[in-house]
Amino acid sequence: MLTIKDGKKILTTPVSAEDLKDIHIGDIVYLNGSLTTCRDVAHRRLVEEGRPLPVDVKDAAIFHAGPIIRPLENDRFEMVSVGPTTSMRMEKFEYEFVQKSGVRVIVGKGGMGPNTERACREFGAIHCVFPAGNAVVAATEVEEIVDAQWRDLGMPETLWHCRVKEFGPLIVSIDPEGRNLFEENKVIFNQRKEKAIEEICKHVGFIK
Amino acid sequence: MNKQEQVQQMTTYMANFVSHIAKVLPDDIIAKLDELGAQEDAPLSKVIYETMKRNQKLAKELNRPSCQDTGVLQFWVKCGVDFPLIGELEPLLKEAVVKSTFEAPLRHNSVETFDEFNTGLNVGKGTPTVWWDIIPNSDKCEIYAYMAGGGCTLPGKAMVLMPGAGYEGVTRFVLDVMTSYGINACPPLLVGVGVATSVETAALLSKKALMRPLGSHNENERAAYMEKLLEDGINSIGLGPQGMGGKYSVMGVHIENTARHPSAIGVAVNVGCWSHRRGHIIFDKDLNYTIDTHSGVTL
Repeated sequence: MLTIKDGKKILTTPVSAEDLKDIHIGDIVYLNGSLTTCRDVAHRRLVEEGRPLPVDVKDAAIFHAGPIIRPLENDRFEMVSVGPTTSMRMEKFEYEFVQKSGVRVIVGKGGMGPNTERACREFGAIHCVFPAGNAVVAATEVEEIVDAQWRDLGMPETLWHCRVKEFGPLIVSIDPEGRNLFEENKVIFNQRKEKAIEEICKHVGFIK
Repeated sequence: MNKQEQVQQMTTYMANFVSHIAKVLPDDIIAKLDELGAQEDAPLSKVIYETMKRNQKLAKELNRPSCQDTGVLQFWVKCGVDFPLIGELEPLLKEAVVKSTFEAPLRHNSVETFDEFNTGLNVGKGTPTVWWDIIPNSDKCEIYAYMAGGGCTLPGKAMVLMPGAGYEGVTRFVLDVMTSYGINACPPLLVGVGVATSVETAALLSKKALMRPLGSHNENERAAYMEKLLEDGINSIGLGPQGMGGKYSVMGVHIENTARHPSAIGVAVNVGCWSHRRGHIIFDKDLNYTIDTHSGVTL
């Protein structure tokens, strides 16, 4: 469901493809509901090993993240610090991951590539960036850790299934049309880079 | 204090120091982020800088690591030959990391290679990293502590250029890293460049360059000039906070250098993310300490 509160676009899980149709790259959104941390080995297990995810992420969100968790009593956990990790590491698995899991919102850091663009376009999903390094902001937006699965992977890679409230800011970097903010920026950055190199090289002919 | 008590004391100090740098950024980094943030006017850049500021405030208030990736701990030690704990230093630093890992708490970031399991202690074979400089005629011990997170470790690159490539080749080498991996390494970045004689000498210098205070310059005039050229050049790319576009890209560019073989230019790049968690502490022989990166700290 998509609602607008105080000018904030808020997605509440379950999220449908319809909810995302007016979301575009560069938009800032917030998330309510189900968000599960899911990174390298979890992607590998689902895609390469064919093992079903032990947490249902259909129409919900995953977070490329490895948190710091404090264990509480009775198998409960506290989210101390959580922030995004480099999404590009999951790029080679993401098309099949979205296809198999039905995930709707992927949250991470930095850009992703053509596999994820194709997944977003074909299945109606988005990739968003949570501004990285802001792990305490993110942790305080986690209301509760409701489940922890695949704990054999250790603290960073366990699937921490969270209930979140106005989790964000999430900056949309790939939208359901498959547009990619980072790739579009990269074209501009590379043009400027060539200009900068040309300028610097006028001044660094130190070997004569 | 007997030797054992001294070891315990220094272990506690270093554990507390590591925990502190996980939670509070150095003074120079905070000032630079404020300066850069104030000059951004695009709504997206502003939201990101505001989030960063709120995060650092919350981290301090709630006494938590400000970024979840508390990195692999790396220590650059400049130890006087007469410092009383010189022989105990390496195991002591390892113990301090374990202690901080439980107390701070820090994330478990040591995966044994080949056996591929996380030790769960944040230390392992060769981690924390310790680089040694032995200082003659000194009884002091100076330690740079750095949290090398995954995101800002990934862009790391070193190679040996042919002299024909010149400093123009060095320029391209550095700028190519900025627009490929640099974008994802949490800009505004601190860029460390090593120019030396081989891959490993350049690589180590590129990391040590990140320990220098912001605003410092290479003592060689041409190298300092190149720092400025690279800084302005990378800023003109406009990576912005998080690489999402903005007026600036970097907090600074630091070059460290040595002489080179006439046939080779070793060059390396290392970057620090905006959350540049490095600290500098100096112990005298009685373990009185001075911290010059973070103000108002009592360990």
